[in-house]
Amino acid sequence: MIMGTVQMIARRLLLGVFVMWGCVTLIFVIVRLAPGDQATLSLGPDATADEIEAARERFGVNDPLLLQYVSYIGRALRFDFGDSYRLGQPAMEAVLDRFPATIQLALSAMAIAVVVGLILGCVAGGRPNGLVDRVVSGVSISLQSFPTFWVGIMLILLFALNLRVLPSAGSGSLSHLVLPAVTLSLPQVAIVARLTRSSLAESMQDAYVQTARSKGLTEPQVLLGHVLKNSLIPVVTIIGLQTGVLLGGSVVVENVFAWPGLGSLIVDSVSARDYSVVQAAALLIAAVVVVLNLLADLTYARLDPRIRVEAKA
Amino acid sequence: MTDTVLAERAAPTPRSATIDADLPRRPRRLGRILRYVPHGIIAVYIVVAAVGPLVVDYDPLATSVTDRLLSPGSTTSDGGTAWLGTDGVGRDILDQVVLGARTSMVIAVLTVAAAGTFGVIVGLIAGYVGGWADASIARLIDILVAFPGILLAIVIAGLFRPGILIVVLALSAVGWISFARVVRGASLSLRERDWVNAARVMAVPRRSILGRHVLPFVVGPVVAMATLEFALVVLAEAGLSFLGIGLPSTSVSWGQTIADGKEYLELAPWISAFPGVALAVLVICVGLVGDQLTARYGGNRR
Repeated sequence: MIMGTVQMIARRLLLGVFVMWGCVTLIFVIVRLAPGDQATLSLGPDATADEIEAARERFGVNDPLLLQYVSYIGRALRFDFGDSYRLGQPAMEAVLDRFPATIQLALSAMAIAVVVGLILGCVAGGRPNGLVDRVVSGVSISLQSFPTFWVGIMLILLFALNLRVLPSAGSGSLSHLVLPAVTLSLPQVAIVARLTRSSLAESMQDAYVQTARSKGLTEPQVLLGHVLKNSLIPVVTIIGLQTGVLLGGSVVVENVFAWPGLGSLIVDSVSARDYSVVQAAALLIAAVVVVLNLLADLTYARLDPRIRVEAKA
Repeated sequence: MTDTVLAERAAPTPRSATIDADLPRRPRRLGRILRYVPHGIIAVYIVVAAVGPLVVDYDPLATSVTDRLLSPGSTTSDGGTAWLGTDGVGRDILDQVVLGARTSMVIAVLTVAAAGTFGVIVGLIAGYVGGWADASIARLIDILVAFPGILLAIVIAGLFRPGILIVVLALSAVGWISFARVVRGASLSLRERDWVNAARVMAVPRRSILGRHVLPFVVGPVVAMATLEFALVVLAEAGLSFLGIGLPSTSVSWGQTIADGKEYLELAPWISAFPGVALAVLVICVGLVGDQLTARYGGNRR
């Protein structure tokens, strides 16, 4: 049993390392294929042909592709993606400066999604196909169908411009966090609610529910004490997986609210072709996602003994 | 407290029984008609996207100072009516919504076609051939999903020269994965079916087996997947153009109009509002049709 768990963790870790290598390679390929290069960009439009050639030599753009790739991997291992020509500081440093704001936003959004989604899912799943269930499922579909940036703008219109209760942009206080976090959380609320609902509805069919009912437990006791615990397993996993999606979603939402996180840095850097920052940021996010997926897998195995048995077999 | 608990305990079984029992015939027929409402709305979008640009006379570079920020329904300087108002430089919002529908749907159709074709081929190989091909495809997918989809699209579309094709490529880069997964699962079980075995015994070439004996049976789930993917692509494309990434600035798209309107949010909220509603209605309808197809043909949602 212990051996099985250790083996599973080792296999997962190995897969994680492999995926990170793949991500680094993928980014290398995209950046090499994209027009223009770091050397030319760092000099600006007034550079002479000789200066460009010298810079290309310095940046190693003229080296054979394989050599460039190897040195790229070497630098990636040291988290060294060169300096941002736009910000004049090491790219990884710029990315790490912005990272806490994005984490703060993503975690707040996840917290909202879990709390609201679980409540909605329980209310709906407790009585499948009832009126509440239908309303909740209609709301979930709408939440997933409106683009987040549009919802964000409409929330600004309502709460910042008309009611004037919340700031429309920027960061610094808790009230600045509310609108971006709510906007980012809405599609996730829908996902958590739908998953909780279907998981609950499925568990309600199980024999132990009948046992619990026949013991004379009240319906809420059955739901909260027995069914919910068993239906939470997929929900816990999805929390890990969806946090990665939230990091992607925050790229768009941060731009709506001028939130000073990784997302707005990525968009600005992409538009300015600041390759070093784009690479550093993309790989940092990929690393976070890989780690989160790993944690989700392990939690899943921890919560559901059946999986541990399967991993052992 | 006790009362509500008792009521809740008593309720479930009898109530659901009565709902089934006295479901009148009329609502059921109504329900059957209502099922096709999303189809009808999508048809309207298709007509608007196809015919609209011929009817609408829109110049993305034109500006009219007198027609700036007119509210919905007001009369413009040339005597027309701006049903959905005008934007910050006097361009008609309805025109932009109509032209945006075309941009959005062209990109979505191309992306779903490209991602679908590639995904189906990869999925067939992974499921039918199996072995190392299956394993390496699984690892490739592991790598791609480490980047949140929209992030990879932003990087690809942002670093290359703007254009519709690069947007399609950027969105397909991740979009094929769900097709591949569905097809892989389906062909994995189809591989063991009798008619496939029979064909194999008769030495039918593998390519013909895949094309004639496996492919036809994955069409259903693939079509269901395609509708859901279509909705996701419409949302993702709007996100890209909202960020000003991918499409050249002369093209008209919902995301761009919404971004333009953010500047005038307090004075003219309609600029951002209407394109978003147009987009959401399309996505909701496509999603509903997709759910119907999924219920009929199976294939898992994402």
